[in-house]
Amino acid sequence: MPTKIEKDSVTGRETTGHEWDGLKELNTPLPRWWLYLFYATIVFAVVWMILYPALPVTGLHGVTGWTARGAIGPELEAERAKQEPMLARLRAATPAAIAADPELRNFALAGGRIAFANNCAACHGAGGQGAAGGFPTLADDDWLYGGSFEDIHFTITHGVRNGEDPEARGIAMPRFLADGILKPDQVGDVTDYVLSLSGQAADAAAAGRGEALFAENCVACHGEKGEGNREMGAPRLSDQVWLYGGDRASVLRSVSFAHAGVMPAWGKRLDPAIINMLTVYVHALGGGE
Amino acid sequence: MGALKLPEQTRPEAPAASGATPAAPLYAKRQKVYPKAVQGRVRRAKWLILVLCLLLYYTVPLIRWDRGPDMPDQAVLVDMNAGRLFFFWIEIWPQEVYYLTGLLVLGAIGLFAATSLFGRVWCGFTCPQTVWTDLFMLVERRIQGDRNARMRLDLKPWTREWVVKKGLTHAVWLGIAAATGGAWIMYFNDALEMTPRFFTGQASLEVYFFFGLFTATTYLLAGWAREQVCTYMCPWPRFQAAMLDENSLVVTYRAWRGEPRGKAKAEGVGDCVDCRACVHVCPTGIDIRDGQQMECIGCGLCIDACDDVMTRLQRPRGLIAFETLANLAASEAAAGALPPGPQRRACGMQVRRVPRFLRARTLVYAGALALVVAAMGGAWLLRQTTSLAVIRDRAPIFVRLSDGGIRNAYTLKLGDKTPGVEAYSLALEAPAGLNLIVLDAESDPAGAPVLTTRPDGITQWRALVTAPAGLRLPESVPVTFRLVDARGRVAVSTSSVFLGPKP
Repeated sequence: MPTKIEKDSVTGRETTGHEWDGLKELNTPLPRWWLYLFYATIVFAVVWMILYPALPVTGLHGVTGWTARGAIGPELEAERAKQEPMLARLRAATPAAIAADPELRNFALAGGRIAFANNCAACHGAGGQGAAGGFPTLADDDWLYGGSFEDIHFTITHGVRNGEDPEARGIAMPRFLADGILKPDQVGDVTDYVLSLSGQAADAAAAGRGEALFAENCVACHGEKGEGNREMGAPRLSDQVWLYGGDRASVLRSVSFAHAGVMPAWGKRLDPAIINMLTVYVHALGGGE
Repeated sequence: MGALKLPEQTRPEAPAASGATPAAPLYAKRQKVYPKAVQGRVRRAKWLILVLCLLLYYTVPLIRWDRGPDMPDQAVLVDMNAGRLFFFWIEIWPQEVYYLTGLLVLGAIGLFAATSLFGRVWCGFTCPQTVWTDLFMLVERRIQGDRNARMRLDLKPWTREWVVKKGLTHAVWLGIAAATGGAWIMYFNDALEMTPRFFTGQASLEVYFFFGLFTATTYLLAGWAREQVCTYMCPWPRFQAAMLDENSLVVTYRAWRGEPRGKAKAEGVGDCVDCRACVHVCPTGIDIRDGQQMECIGCGLCIDACDDVMTRLQRPRGLIAFETLANLAASEAAAGALPPGPQRRACGMQVRRVPRFLRARTLVYAGALALVVAAMGGAWLLRQTTSLAVIRDRAPIFVRLSDGGIRNAYTLKLGDKTPGVEAYSLALEAPAGLNLIVLDAESDPAGAPVLTTRPDGITQWRALVTAPAGLRLPESVPVTFRLVDARGRVAVSTSSVFLGPKP
């Protein structure tokens, strides 16, 4: 408890009565102007809460009806209007024509990068690096459905095995073991043959047995030498790029249970100009044909 | 160098320290200074320097300098939007701001050198605070009258005369301040193009903000704060004593000649008649007769005031003068014991020596100046106008190609600080077998990609480096990109790495 409140001779103010090793504290009130400012802020806050959305309750807007989204609306509109002439040109041109025009190409690469980050990077990774488990790398030279401007544009527009677009890419591969088409030892033989196609170590005897099975079951889609088929999205089996892993266990699993990667049909979600920009961007990632 | 012997300082407002009474508040209220008008040699020099400084400040942005099409034609321009600094034939990019730093270092050493030779000439004559305060005081004097009239005016505030005169003064001050802030923005925008836009309200908010900022600071610092800027805000007075020694020319009162003070016709007194003319003209309100003081900005107006009084009394001028402390001590030693009069004067003046300008301190400053000038000149002559930045793709770190090869991608940024278009062949210095292609680039006859520059800008390229299948490489291989000009000379080389899977 403060006990010894005394008057300070220099300032004429009273002390708080507290003393610490001879140090006393002046009881200096807050300046008047400061207090009034403080009261003003309280009034301001109340007025604010009435005028603007301030309480974390859904549906409770301020009487002015102001929203942050609404406030930025005209700015967004203005930005869109500024981009519109360029977007119109991008819509009208083919991706190949865009890539040939430095101005359009520059715009498409910048816009495509953003659109890719927003829509594609979740599966295909930043820079199109792909991801394990069936998300193809877009920066390499191996394409399931082709790497020309037209092919990329078609794939983005219609997607893959999505069930929403009749023109979607890809057909389903049979589940050779699960559906009982091949017996377990036959699946093993085919696997050894597939490994031998890309020059990997394989059991020669098993591969020999597997060759006939491959010719019977796989050639229709994957080609005689496993060169793949872009019409169907059947991957090339003779190269070093493996979407679902190229070691024996992975290939065995693929033959047994099959994979069927899917991709949305972006043509239903994105502006044609953005699809064109994405096409040019993906084409430029390093694998464009 | 001997120890400095400074006359003891007595400040009239300094409270006497006493143990009995509780300590007085540490806050000292400002005593308003009413500097009196003065004429003389120093004052003329100050006016001349003031006019030159202001002329420089206002005309430099108007000077034109042709740099070719699409380039600003203002000789001195800091273009924040484009990130370029133009100074006549010199143009620097933001990453070369060290040239500006070098210039500031030069300015600092130059300031040290000037101070050790001539005392606080910067403060007293050329500092913007001094120049604008001088200008503001001129306005104040023209409108409100000289010292006595101004003091009288302040005794009767809120009278008609007070309101009119004060109002007019502040209006003119604000006008000058606005012109100051207005000229400042001309250094950051094309002056000829900006001025009409500024007055028609079409300039950017940024421009109006900085105009307002510099108008406000000029008005406050030169109109209101004045000597307080020098005494309390500026760090320079605190450490300028370290540059001064007994051979520096400083504004001094020749106490050996002036003391004891007394009436002009009294017997046995020195030359100082204690008229306080030196105090009345002082812009910082100090008494030079108290000796060297931190508040003294070395403007020398007290010299003019005293010379005027001495001339009227038909005594030689120079009771207050630019003088070295060494000479002051020598005169004091020789003449201090003599009785006041012509003999003491002659004896004291006789023992003075020409100030020693060449001394260890000034030579060190001169050496440092020469060193920085040489370093900056060298850096400028060896300045690289072409730059090549190599940014390796991180996503993906590398790409495995269908034939088993490994590919890395790089973004190349080719900068050219010159106005022409150059073409360079790109060479890759890397282990044999690595293959370089640059997308959208032409090839030279030897098959190397050719990169072209953009005048005063940056071009961007995408380079793909591929290791064919079967090439055994460690996980990380250093590679170097070299730009080779038409004569086969390597203009720039930049290092990076080529990454692959663990072998």
